[in-house]
Amino acid sequence: MLEVANLEVVYNEVALVLRGLSIEVPDGQIVALLGANGSGKTTTTRAITGLLDVHEGKVTKGTVTFDGQRIDDMEPSAIVRSGITQVMEGRRVFAELTVDENLITGGITNSNRAAIAEAHDRVMTMFPVLADRRKSVAGYLSGGEQQMLAIGRALMVDPKLLILDEPSLGLAPKLVAQIRDIIVEINRAGTSVLLIEQNANMALSIADYGYIMETGKVVMDGEAAKLLKDEDVQEFYLGLHGAEGERKSFRDVKHYKRRKRWLS
Amino acid sequence: MTAVVLGPVVLAANAVDTFVQTFFRGAALGSLYALLALSFVLIFKATQTVNFAEGAMALAGTWFLSMVFVDWDVPGRWLGGPTWLHWCLAVVLAAGMTAAIGLVVERLTIRPLIGQPHFTMAMVTLGLEVVITIIAVDAVHLTPRVLAVPWGTDSFRIGGAIVAWSYLAAIVMAGAAFLWTWRFFKTRAGVAMRATAFDQEAALAQGINVGRVFAISWGVGAAIAALSGIFASMAPWGPSGVASRDGAFFVFRALPAVVLGGLDSVVGALVGGLIIGFAEVFAGQYLADHASILGYGYQQVVPYVVMLIGLLIRPYGMFGTEEVRRV
Repeated sequence: MLEVANLEVVYNEVALVLRGLSIEVPDGQIVALLGANGSGKTTTTRAITGLLDVHEGKVTKGTVTFDGQRIDDMEPSAIVRSGITQVMEGRRVFAELTVDENLITGGITNSNRAAIAEAHDRVMTMFPVLADRRKSVAGYLSGGEQQMLAIGRALMVDPKLLILDEPSLGLAPKLVAQIRDIIVEINRAGTSVLLIEQNANMALSIADYGYIMETGKVVMDGEAAKLLKDEDVQEFYLGLHGAEGERKSFRDVKHYKRRKRWLS
Repeated sequence: MTAVVLGPVVLAANAVDTFVQTFFRGAALGSLYALLALSFVLIFKATQTVNFAEGAMALAGTWFLSMVFVDWDVPGRWLGGPTWLHWCLAVVLAAGMTAAIGLVVERLTIRPLIGQPHFTMAMVTLGLEVVITIIAVDAVHLTPRVLAVPWGTDSFRIGGAIVAWSYLAAIVMAGAAFLWTWRFFKTRAGVAMRATAFDQEAALAQGINVGRVFAISWGVGAAIAALSGIFASMAPWGPSGVASRDGAFFVFRALPAVVLGGLDSVVGALVGGLIIGFAEVFAGQYLADHASILGYGYQQVVPYVVMLIGLLIRPYGMFGTEEVRRV
């Protein structure tokens, strides 16, 4: 469905951030994209959704195709129309607008009133907390509610593919679990999901397939269940240290080992 | 359009009547400032540009009205009915034509510069101001033109107070413009505009056509500038309701209102405009006895004094956004 092939992205014509990234999101699946800070996860989202322009970024090589159509040179609004929506990193709800108005912006590409009303009802059923606060200004919602609003906003056009950029960012564990269940529910309703996360445990527990990024390319990929069991992933992303369960300090790890090179 | 000349102190029969008169004058001038401030704010909110071409747009509005209504007799040549109705339609038409100028300006000069420093954009609009004014004056031979305001210099009485119809017209016009803006902000296009003003990238991510939002805000901003230009040229302000080039400077007298209210707040435009208008008129009326100390024409300085005090208390304007947004 979504296919990113050998993507290379350069910011300001000098900073090479993605260096031949290839990922694939098959129909109806949840795919997790993991990686440390600065590995290029958010840049990947921008490249897929056409937001590189705002950041003076450019796709210099490679392609992004969605349902067989090249989208790497399309306008953001055209990409939304083709069926890809996103929940941006840091939620980015319109804090000065009410909950309802935020949802209106989510459905702005759809001019069919009936379809919008239906989508609105669906979002309200999915997030009862929002239904109670429809008229309140989004900036006054709690972090968890704002995240739900951001997700609801992205669902207003009934997307084929939903991209979530670090939905667990800054949320309490209980809320993270709730967001996780919501993602599963959205996926069950027929939307493919590209889940970008630092919380590898959460992401891999619900994903079908996972990619691990480092400095602009995929260093490891595989079925989510397999990645969860992988020793390196466990050590570097899940915070588990070997079978014997002894505590290990990074001070004791050799320098070359800390800068892990992935072999897959 | 001519610069607003504040009349000398107007005394009515008794203190109450004088107050009523002064109140209406203040409200009317405040309404004009508020209208201009609204135009500044709409354009600034969407494109982060302080539009220094506002004066030229106001001038264009008055000029179009004069052309349409006086020279071409539109829509009077096709329509029956009272003249004042024709005049109102001509005002709408003139505002529409100025909106078209706003659209062209936005598409040709502002859109290519989006993302550039604010200073660059402000310079461009300042250049536009000069260019449009010169074209209007030299190429089109703009001599002061009659606006043929239906109520001319007529006034009505409230008790002993004499109130010009133009004052009422300015107040009604500003009221209508703000009401319309408030309604517009609830519509889909309005919500898209507010979303874009708040977070442009997030707006893009929702699929909002940001270019169209820019166009709408410039079109609407230019139309409102035209309206304020027309209503500021009426009898008590302009000598007999004429359009001429020095009126373009009136626009800059609204700047204290914009700054006081906050550059990015519509409510601020209304409140700031009214405060500045009232301050200017009331100071002119009631401090006249001290003119020997304050100096002649001191009331024209009052807006800046009020703005300065306002800025000392709230550096971002009364309703302005405090934080400078991170990019």
